Amino acid sequence: MSGGSIALIAVIVVTLITMVVGALGIRIARTPDDFLVAARAVPPLRNAAAISGEYLSAASFLGVAGLLLKDGLGMLWYPVGYAAGYLMLLLLVAAPLRRFGAYTIPDFAEGRLGAPRLRQVATIFVLVIGWFYLLPQLKGAGLTLQVLLGTPYWVGVAVLAVVVTSNIAAGGMKGVTFVQAVQYWIKLMAIATPAIVLIVVAGGLHRADLAKPAPPVFDTATTVKVQATVDFVVAEPVTVQAHGDVDHELVEGPLTLTTGAHRVASGAELVFPAGSAAPHAQGVRAQDGSSWVSPLVNAGHKGGHPLAATYSLIVATFLGTLGLPHILVRFYTNRNGRAARRTTVIVLGLLGVFYLFPAVFAVLARLRDPGLYLTGQTDSVVLVLPHALITSVWGEILGALVAAGAFAAFLSTSSGLLVSVAGAMAHDLLRGGVRTFRRCALLAGAIGLVAGLQVQRFDLNLLVGWCFAIAASTFCPLLVLGIWWRSLTWVGAIAGLLLGGVSSSVAIIMTMVGVGNSGWPSVLLGQPAIWTVPLAFVAMIIGSRLTPAQMPADLESKLLQLHLPEALRPVVPAAD
Amino acid sequence: MFAKPVEPWPPTQRFGADHAPSGGFSAPNGNPNRQAVAATGGESVGLVWNEGLIRPTVVGVKSVAVALALGAIAVALGGSLWYWVRGSRGLGTPQQRTTYEVLHTAGLAARALRNGLTRESAARSAPALRALLAARATAITSTSALLAWDGAGVDDHAAAVLQASRQVASSGKALALGPGDLACADDVNCPLRSGVVVPLTSGGIVVGTLVALATSARAGMLRSAGEVARFASTQLELAELDNARARAAEAELRFLRAQISPHFVYNALTAIASFLRTDPDRARELLHDFADFIRYSFRSRGQFATVADELRAVDTYLELERARFGERLQVVLRVAPEVLAVAVPCLLIQPLVENAVRHGIERKEGVGHVTIVAEDGDQECVLSVEDDGVGMDPSAMREQLAGRRGDGVGLFNVDERLRQVFGADHGLTVETAVGAGTKVVVRVPKYRAGVRAS
Repeated sequence: MSGGSIALIAVIVVTLITMVVGALGIRIARTPDDFLVAARAVPPLRNAAAISGEYLSAASFLGVAGLLLKDGLGMLWYPVGYAAGYLMLLLLVAAPLRRFGAYTIPDFAEGRLGAPRLRQVATIFVLVIGWFYLLPQLKGAGLTLQVLLGTPYWVGVAVLAVVVTSNIAAGGMKGVTFVQAVQYWIKLMAIATPAIVLIVVAGGLHRADLAKPAPPVFDTATTVKVQATVDFVVAEPVTVQAHGDVDHELVEGPLTLTTGAHRVASGAELVFPAGSAAPHAQGVRAQDGSSWVSPLVNAGHKGGHPLAATYSLIVATFLGTLGLPHILVRFYTNRNGRAARRTTVIVLGLLGVFYLFPAVFAVLARLRDPGLYLTGQTDSVVLVLPHALITSVWGEILGALVAAGAFAAFLSTSSGLLVSVAGAMAHDLLRGGVRTFRRCALLAGAIGLVAGLQVQRFDLNLLVGWCFAIAASTFCPLLVLGIWWRSLTWVGAIAGLLLGGVSSSVAIIMTMVGVGNSGWPSVLLGQPAIWTVPLAFVAMIIGSRLTPAQMPADLESKLLQLHLPEALRPVVPAAD
Repeated sequence: MFAKPVEPWPPTQRFGADHAPSGGFSAPNGNPNRQAVAATGGESVGLVWNEGLIRPTVVGVKSVAVALALGAIAVALGGSLWYWVRGSRGLGTPQQRTTYEVLHTAGLAARALRNGLTRESAARSAPALRALLAARATAITSTSALLAWDGAGVDDHAAAVLQASRQVASSGKALALGPGDLACADDVNCPLRSGVVVPLTSGGIVVGTLVALATSARAGMLRSAGEVARFASTQLELAELDNARARAAEAELRFLRAQISPHFVYNALTAIASFLRTDPDRARELLHDFADFIRYSFRSRGQFATVADELRAVDTYLELERARFGERLQVVLRVAPEVLAVAVPCLLIQPLVENAVRHGIERKEGVGHVTIVAEDGDQECVLSVEDDGVGMDPSAMREQLAGRRGDGVGLFNVDERLRQVFGADHGLTVETAVGAGTKVVVRVPKYRAGVRAS
């Protein structure tokens, strides 16, 4: 298993580098001549790379390609929304928030509306969103180690949780802008290099190939290794070479799979002849080309109401970015509101470049390696495709590169999240010091670990999309109205946070346990943002209108803080 | 890794408020003889936070759990709705209800009056006071003007009431009013034919009056009005106390304003003078630095600056000190760019550096090192200034921080200002011992409402 060992080394190297640099951080001593250098703020490009580095999570690195492969090009709305969220951030939030100087969302809530109770409510949703966002990172780690080394799912989850938690509890990885900036370039390289090489090696695609009426076929004789027991559906009878446990019988040699459902146990291998149609796992819908290339979410579902689902996803991802607890912190590093805006523009560019590449993997996999439809592990497409399409050692090396990039993604995002979550617990709920922060980090990591073990069966992007839906239904209205509407009161804000947060969370939990599998319920519960975001806005507006007396007394000075550019501030006189 | 919890070395003693954020001030870098001294202000209150409040909850993906959750939400919503609609009426015996009603009404009035006697607070408390007195109308006046009128009859009776209240305000004695006093002697149908005027006082001085009007003055009205006025006066006095406290704090802060030490001015000017003949250009540069530094320390607007500004001021200051010490003074700087924008009280870092130079390097033979560190500590910014100079006796340091010794004004001043702004648990933490150098650590929250660099 040389490929696995190369990849393992790459993963370990990335992890160690991240930890060491994070721990040493600013340990590089400076001479006094560097005073002016030291007192200079982080330049926008580096800050933008840091924001992108922290933002590009498991969902972006692995999940986008997986979801595209599984459900079609309509899923491109996820990366589009992830990037476009920064447009909303740029237009509505970035500069005023930097001017206000608030460091976290609870800081902003309390500073703008002046109510400790609102701060507590906001803190609770910081925790909910933070933990929810941790889940896909942990799932990504579990999946990656499973694919690379064949370890059980829980091993990867535990490894990531332990590494990140212990590192943070020990005091490393705090706000290290430089590390996060480097992470972005590692991730970009890790996904761009294999994508470009694969296009060169396995390219020669035509648009017509994608839109073919039939489901995908194996274009060469293909070996499918099954790592986790899977139920799959065969559309037309096919004779394969089987090794291992198929339909509860040990088979060595040719086997004809009849039309219908079959089960392959983990460890088995099936060799499909060239030209045969790829079977698909239970739960993965077989899509013909035309529905796969449809630009709408849920295009393959019957009664999936694709247009409504698409709009709902757009609302969630465009508005959800505003409310991610670990992103806001980074804007504080900007020198002023203008630098915050410029940083955001650069982030848009950096993310846009990155998101070109997952789509390449999805398209190549559909045409060249449809075996993933059988195993159902579509989220692993980025990890396995280089190895599958390039049989030489270079395939292994590219695979190792991707694995390292994926681990960089898990590490950076989950570190940022865990710091935010532990910080919110330690400072806002318990009002403790450094020691409390460490305990909270351990506790938060443990909770994440336990929850992360439960989510194996959900697509990475579904988990992230839900997280965005909750953020969009809570903090987006709080920030947007708090910045742009003078009449917001803390009572209205609490009403909106609770209504939006509880309704979106309940909808998502119901989807997770399988309530509402079809028709409108599946759309409105599975993609709740389209109704929960307006609900939260309306609740905040009505609640504020009913309690005009609760507007903060120094409203004018607060609005000035938010909106008056630094250049127009009164100049400090030379002496008094 | 910064701030690793190290168990104190046996000879090391740690002092200070137990609640101070700890972990960052144990003996570092093999300097086991140092003692950590946290400035202990008399007002520090030990706070015990219940860290066991949050327990891990595991959301099992089970429909039972969801049903329970939904049920809980429904019950909570329904319960709060019921409580909201029913209010607290119907709970307890009639006597308990009466007590509750009276105290609740009094509480409503108290909350308004706690802000002092203004038109707004008067208007908000008048209805509650009327309910307490069971009067037809109540009025609240200042010593000269009508502030609020609750109930009917403001047009017909305001002038007469105002006259009576002026009388009460000047005499300080309660007054009972009959129909003749209320300008309705001719109108037998007037509902406000009698009333009482009682003075409202604060600090022994009459600040206004409370007027209660009814159809017929019952004997009880005067008595209860007197008690209600006394209750209201207590609230007004508390409001006055609040104001006084805020003014005192402000005055203290103004008094504590960033100060530059006279030693420094003297030393800097002497150093510049020594260069005037030998190296006029250098002297000119130094004078510019001196002017820059003085200008920074005189900033009158706002008492806060960013860490970046502070570091620039420290740089200017060190330029001047280097003119005196030359190669004897070695400075190492480590700054995390994330904390540059944090707002801190003006001239926070420079006095710490000056302390390091004066007590660390000046009195030491040979080369001395000063290390200035600004680190990112999650939601706090951690600043530390460390020297390898002669150090000092921990008990002497404690005296200094308590303000009982004159030669450490800089540290005392910084410590006081930090506590004024950020609260008792954000003072200086000092580790020192004779011959072991000194390290001063400050933890500043990255964001605190009202703290903004100008």
